[in-house]
Amino acid sequence: MIRLVDLCKSYPTSQGPREVFRNINLTVAPGERVGILGRNGAGKSTMIRLLSGAEQPTSGLVERRMSVSWPLAFGGAFQSALTGLDNLRFICRIYGIPWEDKLEYVQQFSELGPYLREPLRVYSSGMRARLAFALSMVIEFDCFLIDEVVAVGDARFHEKCHAELFEKRADRALIIVSHDANYVREHCSTLCVLSEGEMSVFTDPDEAFEFYHRAIHLQ
Amino acid sequence: MSMSPAGPSDGRSALAAAFEVQRRVIWALLLREMITRYGRHNFGFLWLFLEPMLFTLAVTLLWVGLDLNHVSSLPITAFAVTGYSSILLWRNMPGRLIGSIGPNLALMFHRQVKVIDIFLSRLALEFMGATISFIVLTVLFTGIDWMALPEDLLQVCIGWLLLAWFGAGLAILLGALAEDYDIVEKLWHPFAYLILPLSGAAFTVDTLPPAGQQWILYLPMVNAIEYLREGYFGSVVHAHYDLAYLISVNLLLTGLGLAKTRVVSQKVVPE
Repeated sequence: MIRLVDLCKSYPTSQGPREVFRNINLTVAPGERVGILGRNGAGKSTMIRLLSGAEQPTSGLVERRMSVSWPLAFGGAFQSALTGLDNLRFICRIYGIPWEDKLEYVQQFSELGPYLREPLRVYSSGMRARLAFALSMVIEFDCFLIDEVVAVGDARFHEKCHAELFEKRADRALIIVSHDANYVREHCSTLCVLSEGEMSVFTDPDEAFEFYHRAIHLQ
Repeated sequence: MSMSPAGPSDGRSALAAAFEVQRRVIWALLLREMITRYGRHNFGFLWLFLEPMLFTLAVTLLWVGLDLNHVSSLPITAFAVTGYSSILLWRNMPGRLIGSIGPNLALMFHRQVKVIDIFLSRLALEFMGATISFIVLTVLFTGIDWMALPEDLLQVCIGWLLLAWFGAGLAILLGALAEDYDIVEKLWHPFAYLILPLSGAAFTVDTLPPAGQQWILYLPMVNAIEYLREGYFGSVVHAHYDLAYLISVNLLLTGLGLAKTRVVSQKVVPE
């Protein structure tokens, strides 16, 4: 279970503190699939980082009672000066598992071939996404945090992600943040909308959609 | 409760589990740092101690070549090796930690990786490099009879560790402060340069006038180097130091540094 209790987050700016979240409460049960919608700048990535524990809330509580992945996103989590293989070793070392057993899987999934031994900075965004996804599948988490990344890539990448995440790991919890309402609707049972620093939780997708569309056009 | 490797394991205290995670993270960061800093080409990670070794070697040969025996009555090679190794030990640490968070922000996407882990892994590397360099040079010069082995090895080790502690405490404080104040980075370089001739590497306190002795001992590293040299040269030198003062400063720097690091970690935004 993951629980957010009265979570607040603000960032210092040159014009004083800017509030991103105000008193957010959320509970995610094991195996639950939660989609968080929000327009650009609504704080989706911040929410994922807070859930993962990579960032600390200004006040309130983030309680993780199951193992939670790092935010699976376009950027971040990996060092671009290092090779794909070095990054695999790093991940395995911090989680205390032997990397040798995982090499074949990563090679197979990422389809990087010889590029696995080249620094990440020469990768295309598709290659990065494949590596990032493969590395996060190496550790068996109870809950995966996904920041848009699955929404990119070609059809083949989509199919593979789908098989790994939604078929092989169908029993795991999942939190996806996206601005793509259809993608979220397809994969999640609980929908949340981030807007104006608050999070509204819906069990009826139509209601969530309507709220989200109103939020998008809110000026 | 999860039984996966990412979750807390049963049967051990939470504290022991936390230490285990921290040990793994620091080790992983240390290996990562060795690859990004030294690469896999030519000498690779040997640069870890070849770099400080070359510097100390050059200075030692220069001193010996110039026949600077008037600097002190001590054997010039051992004087230079103990002096410059000491400088490299404490002075490189703050330089490594100032601005060290930025390049590691991507790795902080992993909640296990904290600011203090980045600091500690870099400090461990600096300590290893300077220590191996000191040992190799001592053995090397002893082998060709340019210097003798230390009289009191234990005292040399304690002096070395106290100096490393001073460097680490100062580095953690400055590394954490540099996150909030850019000026720390700007001021550290001139400061490190200006403090060099005062740091006790190139003189012994005993050769200074009494008024100067009193003032120079306010610099913590001078106390450590004096203590280390007393251990190295034994009764040949008349060392001046105040270990209680040195340890107090070390404790203060470490305490303030850790407190500031904690504040900084609360605010860090991974990218």
